[in-house]
Amino acid sequence: MGAIGGCFLFLVLIAVFAAIWAIWRYNNLVALKYQVANAWKQIDVQLKRRHDLIPNLIAAVRGEMQFEQDTLEKVIAARNSAVAARGVADTAEKENALTQTLSRLFALAENYPNLKANESVRTLMEELTSTENKVGFARQYYNDVATRYNTAQQVFPDSLIAQTFKFQPVELYEIKEPAEREVPKVDLNIRPQ
Amino acid sequence: MTGTNLFEQQKRNLRRTTGFLAGFVAFLAFLGIGADFFLYGSGAGPGFPIATIGALLFGAGSSLWALRAGDRAVLESANARPVDRSDPGQQQLDNIVEEMAIAGGLPKPAVYVIPDHDPNAFATGSGPEKSSVAVTAGLIEALNREELQAVVSHEMAHVKNYDVRLMTVVAALVGSVLLISDFGRRGIRWGGGRRRSSRSGGGGGAVMLVFLVLWIVSILLAPLIARLVAMAVSREREYLADASGSELTRNPGALASALEKIDAAKEPTPSIKQGVAHLCIADPRGRRINEREGGLAELLATHPPIAKRIALLREMAYQAR
Repeated sequence: MGAIGGCFLFLVLIAVFAAIWAIWRYNNLVALKYQVANAWKQIDVQLKRRHDLIPNLIAAVRGEMQFEQDTLEKVIAARNSAVAARGVADTAEKENALTQTLSRLFALAENYPNLKANESVRTLMEELTSTENKVGFARQYYNDVATRYNTAQQVFPDSLIAQTFKFQPVELYEIKEPAEREVPKVDLNIRPQ
Repeated sequence: MTGTNLFEQQKRNLRRTTGFLAGFVAFLAFLGIGADFFLYGSGAGPGFPIATIGALLFGAGSSLWALRAGDRAVLESANARPVDRSDPGQQQLDNIVEEMAIAGGLPKPAVYVIPDHDPNAFATGSGPEKSSVAVTAGLIEALNREELQAVVSHEMAHVKNYDVRLMTVVAALVGSVLLISDFGRRGIRWGGGRRRSSRSGGGGGAVMLVFLVLWIVSILLAPLIARLVAMAVSREREYLADASGSELTRNPGALASALEKIDAAKEPTPSIKQGVAHLCIADPRGRRINEREGGLAELLATHPPIAKRIALLREMAYQAR
């Protein structure tokens, strides 16, 4: 009786500890999941702000930069396709394309001293530069939190909890386009327009 | 990636700081226990250890007060004004602070500008939920966007690592130690003799004598020791803020070049009072003390030598490549 009772008590204790451990790890995963969702929302907020700022900037610079119509059109096209993007990978790709057209616009704007003297253009440029940075930092933070979440799902023994309750790894916000990674090729040949 | 490297540094610094703080509380208790034994004589009997409890309560009380109202007092003493977004430089500063808050996943702190030509900056508050970042007008003028971002990231790291809270508490504890050691010195002069004559027959004479000597020496040296510990904590936090600030920007080189520019402006920052020195990016006294390395000069500074910080940051920048 004593031995059986002791065994029983031992098993109950183990079960209780296992349950407490499982609840603790489960809650940890849930907390991380919400952190990831929150970090993604932060990216979203900044992307929206960027989409809202671009038409204002284009309207402000259009008069001065009429010889750069092509670049301006590209920025607007990239912006519109970015607005329509859905999901992490799609958003990452289209926003990245927008970043590239924008940086081209910023570089070209350097050639127009009148633009830099214009108060409202200068303010818009700073706002857009800051928003670009915010997108970058929000992405960095999202990737950090997402990596922590994905790692937490895969380390043993937490992986048992993750599999039982069907936690899914999340996508990282990555720049997939090869153009960003390759060393830029400089072409100094002058071509006729 | 440098991620693990920075993270290890952060952990090591956090451990050391816990040690410092524990030492501080133990020191405060030691001063109190000694006072109970030698001045009130209650330690020998079942008496109430009034000085011990008083010392600890006073330390806790002044820390709490500093946490609740300290940030406003600091900002007012520096003549800091809320950021004005109609000014281009300040608009940029406000944007940068928000960028760094996003990078750290923190709420955005209140932003203040100090009308002073010397480049400097500090953070204050009681934690990430209630914090402020103040920057001098000279800093906005002297640095480019990347460098200003690096300085703000350093301040944001002070907020994220709870340095602002720790340093506020340490400052309050230093104050308590100063006050209590002052009481102790007066007690030795007035009450010490009375106790000895009434209780000289007590047991454990040799141990008690050693304790008494240790205690009197500590009372006499307390002000110096307290300040040295506070500065040691402060220096640790500076290295940590440099490291974790660079983790936010992923650009240690920008902070290195910002520090070079701040260092080049050798004048002191008159607007910032000495009491806030440990929260600044560089010592507001502008003394050359921060440049010498090793020995006494390093012990007495709130900040590590700028050259050493720059060298460490450059090393990080090299590893990040």
